[in-house]
Amino acid sequence: MKIIAAMSGGVDSAVAAARAVEAGHEVIGVHLALASNPQKYRSGARGCCTIEDSHDARRAADKIGIPFYIWDMAEEFHEGVVENFLAEYAAGRTPNPCLRCNEKIKFAAVLDRAKAMGFDGVVTGHYARTQIGPIGKTLHRAVDPLKDQSYVLAVLTTEQINGAIFPLGDTEKVDIRIEAEARGLAVAQKPDSHDICFVPSGDNAGWLRDRLGSEVGPIVDNTGNKIGEHKGAYTYTIGQRKGLGLTIPAADGSPRFVLKIEPVTNTVVVGAREELAVSKLMGEKTIWCGPPVDEKPRRGFAQVRAHGAALDCSYYFSGTQLVAELDKPLLGIANGQALVIYDGDRVVGSATICESA
Amino acid sequence: MSVYLDHAATTPIFDVAVKAMTDALTKVGNPSSLHTEGRSTRKDVEDARDLIAKAVGCLASEVIFTGSGTEADNAAIKGLFWKSDKKLIVISAIEHHAVLDPARWLVEHEGAELIEIPVNKNGVIDLDYLKDLVAKRGFEIALISVMHSNNETGVIQPIAEVVKIAGSIPVHTDAVQSFTKTPLSYKDLGVTSMALSAHKVGGPHGIGALILQRAYEIPALLHGGGQEREIRSGTLNAPAIVAFAAAAASKIYEASKVQELRERFEAGLRSSAPSAYINGVDAKRLPGISNVTFPGTQSDSLLLLMDSEKVSCSTGAACSAGVHRPSHVLLAMGHNEISAQSSLRFSLGANSTQADVDFALSVLPTVIERGRAANQI
Repeated sequence: MKIIAAMSGGVDSAVAAARAVEAGHEVIGVHLALASNPQKYRSGARGCCTIEDSHDARRAADKIGIPFYIWDMAEEFHEGVVENFLAEYAAGRTPNPCLRCNEKIKFAAVLDRAKAMGFDGVVTGHYARTQIGPIGKTLHRAVDPLKDQSYVLAVLTTEQINGAIFPLGDTEKVDIRIEAEARGLAVAQKPDSHDICFVPSGDNAGWLRDRLGSEVGPIVDNTGNKIGEHKGAYTYTIGQRKGLGLTIPAADGSPRFVLKIEPVTNTVVVGAREELAVSKLMGEKTIWCGPPVDEKPRRGFAQVRAHGAALDCSYYFSGTQLVAELDKPLLGIANGQALVIYDGDRVVGSATICESA
Repeated sequence: MSVYLDHAATTPIFDVAVKAMTDALTKVGNPSSLHTEGRSTRKDVEDARDLIAKAVGCLASEVIFTGSGTEADNAAIKGLFWKSDKKLIVISAIEHHAVLDPARWLVEHEGAELIEIPVNKNGVIDLDYLKDLVAKRGFEIALISVMHSNNETGVIQPIAEVVKIAGSIPVHTDAVQSFTKTPLSYKDLGVTSMALSAHKVGGPHGIGALILQRAYEIPALLHGGGQEREIRSGTLNAPAIVAFAAAAASKIYEASKVQELRERFEAGLRSSAPSAYINGVDAKRLPGISNVTFPGTQSDSLLLLMDSEKVSCSTGAACSAGVHRPSHVLLAMGHNEISAQSSLRFSLGANSTQADVDFALSVLPTVIERGRAANQI
């Protein structure tokens, strides 16, 4: 096949491209320029938006022996990922920008452009596997549980999965580094990127404060009594205990946690730990990574964070919402997080959590 | 087959230049040394200087070797500005960055004022604008710089007229693209200074020349041994200099042959890509450059697709990270950002063939179709 290798400048995408070449594909390396001013979002060696990263990607392509180009996706990235990230926080939700990037950029803008240009698909360095079986090509967890990225790929439709190649899903990260070394790729020891690539300092709250302002508002208990003040509601996280600055103790003296963020009234609601517990998650904007499910409850696993646990659950689709009923209650779920459902290690689909109980 | 149509970026080195260079590389002797070996290398350099002077129509003493065309432009723009007690720099809106950026740097760091001469839709500078400007503010102008021909469109500029209008104001011209491609005489043009580069004319990379009027001294960019009239220091790069001269004097580039090929290409374009149009088509152009806008496409997609069909061409400018940017040249010619980013430059050279042109034309329809589809996304 003729495929585009999305090369971030990191070790994973470099090895993925090399493996795709070895598998006999005709591969062209493409680095996505995601910031119109390449150092706008991050300086230093990590992330995916610096001149140094594009240089690293180019050198990896040279080593692998494939053509290399840079595609300017800055506008698409800003609109589809950065602005969405801000809007979600401003609405009191907690978004995951990596999912949006996969949904809007890597497997939409890039894959669509690649197909229009006569390519068959896109290869990336994500840790996930695909399988072809009776229900078609399906998305599965990687063998390395610590690196598994199927969660952030759970926004891909069957059509997008058909155009995606993930050569790293069968290997552990430590072995990828060894392989990169053996292949002579200079990025073999480049540190992993962990933070949000467009937040240069890693200081998410500070980055949000600079863009959304820091309007002081009340911290209230769940009966509505004001017990403190905050500096910008969106800088708090559901389940957060530290840094609330509360001086009036709870009646029973127990610690208090953020239960709810209400952007319209700029209010942060706090309460006892037990009040954080939920056992039913409801999500909207459902995306199926394989055959859709119906109203009949099935057994499976729910995951709500990129490297969170797989939680035993029953799941079904109400007709408008993807619902997961958890066997054991879970603490600190924020609206905006992605609910991803697994059938064994197969990704069934995902939805954006809009309600929990 | 693979087809190279990016000769305006760099063109294959001529065999005569390779031979001259490799012969010189094995010779010992710093041209500034006084002993036998030094004198021998000095003779090679001075013979080369004579050849280049002859090729460009200047005196040998007017040739100052530099490390590149960019260095020659920088030396001229900064040197002419520093020499003057005036603050106004006038350049065309379509200058190469080697002129544009030092001029902007002087604005930022040395209190210069910069005025750009607009161009018409064919990319030719507006002489009336310049006339008015010189009439009104001539006494404030430190220098005027207009390129001899544009690197993206190949459009040739009326330099002799610029010199006439300028009167006593120094005029610099970047003739990097024009040298050996179109008649070019330093003496006849009457400019103060001119920039040349070797690798555009079949010579090696890393060598250029500033042609500067005899006895006209300007402050130096590089200080040191004072080798080149105290205007450019640094041990003379004798192997590159002799190769530059060998290429410049070779007459291997046949303008009429290249122009015929370009015409074949453009005629073919009209039938295979009827919606495409050629930028600067109604102006006098260099023989080998064809800058084409393909409406409804993005040039970086087109370049990738052409490249995968083994045809090399150019999109023009890119930023430091490699992201394609709309060309300031096309914008100055009246393009908007979208159409400016739908354009490719094809440039032919001394060794281009009819088969090259025909092959490029044969892959274009599919490339354009896919480029359009990618642009719909």
